[in-house]
Amino acid sequence: MSETGKPISRIDGRMKVSGKATYSAENNFPNIAYAFPVRATIAKGRIVSIDDAVIQKEPGVIAVISYKNAFKLKPLDMQAQAKAGAAFLGENLPPLQDNVVHYPGQFIAVIVAETYEQARTAAYKLKIGYTSEKGAVDLKTELPNSEKPKMFMGEEAQVNDGKAAAPLAAASHKVEHTYSTPVEHHHPMEPHATVAVWEGTDKLTLYDATQGVGFTGSIAAYFLGLQKENVRVIAPFVGGGFGSKGLWLHTLLVAMAAKAVGRPVKLALTRQMMQTNVGHRASTIQRVALGTDAVGQLGVVRHHTGTYNNLTQFFEPSGKQSLVLYQAPQREVTYNVAHLDRSAPTFMRAPGETPGTFALESAMDEMAYQLKVDPIEFRIKNHTTKDPVKGHDFSSEFLLDCYRIGAEHFGWSSRSMEPRQKRHGKYLVGYGMATATYPGGRSAASVKVNMNAKGDVTVMTASIDIGTGTYTVLAQTAADALGVPVNRIDVKIGDSSFPPAPLAGGSQTTASIHPAALDACVLLRKELTALAIADPNSKLNGRNPDDIDHADGKLFVKGDNSKSDTYLNILSRAKRSEIEACATTLPISGAGLTIPSALCTPSQTPPEQNSDVKQYAFHSFGAQFAEVWVDEDFGTIRVKRFTSVQDVGRIMNEKTARSQVIGGVIFGIGAALMEATEYDKRWGNPVTRTLADYHVPVHLDVPPIDVHFIGKPDPHISPIGARGIGEIGITGVSAAIANAVFNATGKRLRDLPLTPEKFFDV
Amino acid sequence: MEEQPKLPDLSEAERNALEELMPDEMSEIITSGIKRRHFLKLFAVTGTSVLAAHLLGIEQLMARSMPIEQQAPMLIENGINLSFKVNGSTQRLTVDSRMTLLDTLRERLNLTGSKKGCDHGQCGACTVIVDDQRVLSCLTLAATCEDKKVTTIEGLATGNELHPMQASFIKHDGFQCGYCTPGQICSAVALMDEANNGDASYVTANVRKKSKSIKLSDEEIRERMSGNICRCGAYPNIVDAIREVHGDKAVAQVWQFADGTI
Amino acid sequence: MRPFKYSNASDAATAIGIVSANPTAKFLGGGTNLVDLMKEDVMRPTELVGVTRLKYAKIEKKVDGVSIGATATNSFTANHELIREKYPLLSMAILAGASAQIRNMATNGGNLNQRTRCTYFYDVSMPCNKREPGTGCGALHGENKNHAIFGWSEECVATYPSDMAVALAALDAVVHVEGTNNTKRSVQFANFHRLPGDHPENDNNLKHGELVTSIHLPVNQFADKSYYLKIRERSSYAFALISVAAALVTDGNTIKEVRIALGGVAHKPWRASIAEHWLIGKQATEANFKAAAAAELKNAKPLQHNKYKVGLAAKAITRALEGAMQGGVYGAMEADSTTTNNN
Repeated sequence: MSETGKPISRIDGRMKVSGKATYSAENNFPNIAYAFPVRATIAKGRIVSIDDAVIQKEPGVIAVISYKNAFKLKPLDMQAQAKAGAAFLGENLPPLQDNVVHYPGQFIAVIVAETYEQARTAAYKLKIGYTSEKGAVDLKTELPNSEKPKMFMGEEAQVNDGKAAAPLAAASHKVEHTYSTPVEHHHPMEPHATVAVWEGTDKLTLYDATQGVGFTGSIAAYFLGLQKENVRVIAPFVGGGFGSKGLWLHTLLVAMAAKAVGRPVKLALTRQMMQTNVGHRASTIQRVALGTDAVGQLGVVRHHTGTYNNLTQFFEPSGKQSLVLYQAPQREVTYNVAHLDRSAPTFMRAPGETPGTFALESAMDEMAYQLKVDPIEFRIKNHTTKDPVKGHDFSSEFLLDCYRIGAEHFGWSSRSMEPRQKRHGKYLVGYGMATATYPGGRSAASVKVNMNAKGDVTVMTASIDIGTGTYTVLAQTAADALGVPVNRIDVKIGDSSFPPAPLAGGSQTTASIHPAALDACVLLRKELTALAIADPNSKLNGRNPDDIDHADGKLFVKGDNSKSDTYLNILSRAKRSEIEACATTLPISGAGLTIPSALCTPSQTPPEQNSDVKQYAFHSFGAQFAEVWVDEDFGTIRVKRFTSVQDVGRIMNEKTARSQVIGGVIFGIGAALMEATEYDKRWGNPVTRTLADYHVPVHLDVPPIDVHFIGKPDPHISPIGARGIGEIGITGVSAAIANAVFNATGKRLRDLPLTPEKFFDV
Repeated sequence: MEEQPKLPDLSEAERNALEELMPDEMSEIITSGIKRRHFLKLFAVTGTSVLAAHLLGIEQLMARSMPIEQQAPMLIENGINLSFKVNGSTQRLTVDSRMTLLDTLRERLNLTGSKKGCDHGQCGACTVIVDDQRVLSCLTLAATCEDKKVTTIEGLATGNELHPMQASFIKHDGFQCGYCTPGQICSAVALMDEANNGDASYVTANVRKKSKSIKLSDEEIRERMSGNICRCGAYPNIVDAIREVHGDKAVAQVWQFADGTI
Repeated sequence: MRPFKYSNASDAATAIGIVSANPTAKFLGGGTNLVDLMKEDVMRPTELVGVTRLKYAKIEKKVDGVSIGATATNSFTANHELIREKYPLLSMAILAGASAQIRNMATNGGNLNQRTRCTYFYDVSMPCNKREPGTGCGALHGENKNHAIFGWSEECVATYPSDMAVALAALDAVVHVEGTNNTKRSVQFANFHRLPGDHPENDNNLKHGELVTSIHLPVNQFADKSYYLKIRERSSYAFALISVAAALVTDGNTIKEVRIALGGVAHKPWRASIAEHWLIGKQATEANFKAAAAAELKNAKPLQHNKYKVGLAAKAITRALEGAMQGGVYGAMEADSTTTNNN
């Protein structure tokens, strides 16, 4: 029976519940020293003095490292970096190379000491003198000086600029509003941390909390001037990422510090540094306009985003879903990006779609209400089965089923069109829904599979499990492909010395590594088959390989179970202590991947040669439904139940998949109701500095969440048929909640998060 | 930085686990005791092998803390000589007065199961049980722990038997990345005692009504667990896990390893 | 965290002696606030004296009320039979604060000494008169959404964060303190904390080296009609935007006695005396509650970003009084527990 899809418990669960799973900061070495970074206290300017000589004498201090004495890193050079696979330094600011301050909180020095307590104290005592300039710290103030970037991640950024004006003017019904979303922070529970261990001067091991060991290794190697293969990055367990665990400057800092002191050095960021040094989702001011004809057929969608960045090419792409959802002949999606003297924004769970679906799906609700049409009916009427801009069919698309299944389970039919119709005691009760969407991606990946003489199988790839279930689903795939029980399979990931795999981001790990794992297992079986066929003592001797099947740890002749040979016997007679195979699959698009060794055989049908890839648009879809209770006196909102239906291709493990969707929804509840980083408008410091004031949802904020999957394999994305699932769960959630608040109260809130004071402003 | 030989006697299960994982070191361990570097290797091996985690004997081995090298006294400012019990065994060490219980566990005793999520009492990842109460080890100075009894996530299992709360978390997928998990579980274990004592919470309908032991509603579990933040969003599953241990009818087990472990 | 000497005190006199002798020494209770602030480098004591082992952890019935020990934990206090039965307002207020773990650590004496959550106080790179007198108030013209609407000064607009203290203010508690040479004094709760004025660095009127030993709760008739309401940005484990401790004694529907204290609005728990005065002798109706709240809030002076607190506080006072009239049953006023299980 197939293991794939079964809701088996996580194979790494026992380690996690017993405290044995080791995260990066938990790698203790003899003679380890502790690093604590020093952060800039101004928004913009230059360092003019550092009393490092004084602090050097503090108890336990081994080194005070600043631009004055820091190791010289390779400078930024986009072409050279791209060639070295080192393009995505979190912030384009190799640390401690000069005295310029670009934002409040920037790492400007690092103390290395014998103990953590000593390093921290010395860092607090270090006096820095600055010449300070007024920084640009507020988006609204700076938007008039913004630019319209041409490109975003290799795609046209401005689509049909100015083209929507005429059709909007001609539309029978029009909705146009401004929706704003705040700065949000990822705040994975494990703060970023790195332990750096040098071996001589040219070999480095980094125990790093990262979403990509290969990715981190390449970037670190580039800037430190090392051979890529001489930087090993290890991260068997990572305490969440959500987009924040790329390579940020502390990883370079600790490598530089360890080099300077000639000892292993540990650097763990504080929660306060998580607010200023590892990226965030930038705030957006979005203007969305929809126009329909007299009967509610959408003719035009216009979505303009104002946002900012600094020290990165990245900006929040909140118009993305407005290029994918609904039939509408004309659409215009544009961006204005201002410069702020703030740390670099970055990818955060469903970058673009999270704030973008809030705006688009709120506007859809507003239009439905204006038309007096049920919001689901309105969406069905405007449904598209093709990418509306590129014209390609979606590879696999069941959005209408998502609406229907969601409506049934949620009990949507009892919703009234008019607001303020449902009460429960002091509460106004409302229902809201929204569409969810996220692209389906797939990158190159290599997986190696090893079987030993005892029949234990090890699956190895430089992928990462940031909580997604990578360990477990890989074991399931290998179990099926080899006919070996899951509990005989050891999965080894999180080590850059394993065959390369993509960054655990962009909802693409499963879609990328499983085809490679499948291929590797097939290769391994082929080799076992060849050994058996060639062996006169095997019952399979001389058979045609095409006649051989496998199950339960053995090979057998199709249709004749009695003619079989176990893997153990085949290996034993061949005097093989182990057998190994490795396979590489290529990406749908994007950069290629070096094949790590002769053992790694490229897939028989690289997808880029597959006509499917050119013909189809790959997207996941879903429908989100929220019931909210609003205490109108206080402006407090509680989500009382939530239904999420997702069309994400094949489900590899119902249990872990459901958990990912639940997690996405809860992230969305946070974005809808409470999450916001605010900054002082004079100095640019975040005034929400810790988890006491940057509120993320707690247990009591979270209702029962009802998750359903369509579960139909995507026939075009890969032989496995799974698209990613990590991000779509958050999309549409804040719109579903805001729409429910409108249904409850008649108040339309367009500025996230929906904290009590927003209610008083309406 | 001498390595102190320690723990000369091993249980049968522990010996088997060590033999499986570190066959080359066994003769040395048997003759001269298990040393810190053996622990480090054990951590390294089990840290990358999910199969190793299922070996009998591993839980006991991991619950044993192994002090990392005693720092030279000159390096410790305002040193405090401390003696307290961790997971049943007495620990004696000198700590800097600034050192928290959390950092003592993680940096000095190699008990890294307790996690540092915020270091300011705002997330609950560092929750441990001190003298039968769940507390935050990040805001507890080690110096205040003289003579106290500390139980960490490593000390919850009995032999190779996971604590029912640990098993229930696995079954209900009460975690994703696993980082908040030790804190959630320690918190949930202590919560069971609080419910047995009839303690009230902010969502208790009427605090004046005191009964000996109370049955917690989902809302009560959520409020009482709200000091443990999970950013991956495993909350509904954690509530399910706790509810099962709290005495609700067990939800059918869907899958287990062939040897009977979950 | 700067280096400090540490000792566990075995008796109060020793502890008081050590702290009195060193102007930069502090008592350490549960550590939930002081250790946090030391890690932030906001507080830099050179010496700490642990007081949790002192014999002040009892909760006892006295002829004129109940005495709660300063080193008893918040959890122990909230769950003590005497408190739950006679002072449910205090139980509710304590349970509304922080998390179970923090309440297990935090002491009652420490709770009274906790410091503001103002971000300008916490961020040592921004100005704050409370942290560093003379540097200015960063919040006055800054991000002051969470700040005071009553009793602030140009020097400081911070609020006092405790929930427990709001209930103690409503209950007219008396704080017992001990100083050097065994000197003991009692402080009416209203005089314990202070408004910022020109010296926001002082949160309360304790002298350096004075140790809170117990809190006395006078006998009252409020147990049947009291309620603690807390409004915050998430359902739990967050500081109050506004909180209200309300307690009533009625004769039929006529209000004989009423206590209202607000949290999250001032540098100290704010007794709504105007509203209380207005209500005495009146009928316990929603209209009267609203009018009383309006009378109190007329004197509010909101800052740029906290105008919402004025309306919110008025509604919160009304609702808390209604809650008290209904017998302090939680579910009647806030999210109930009717949600279904998710299986």
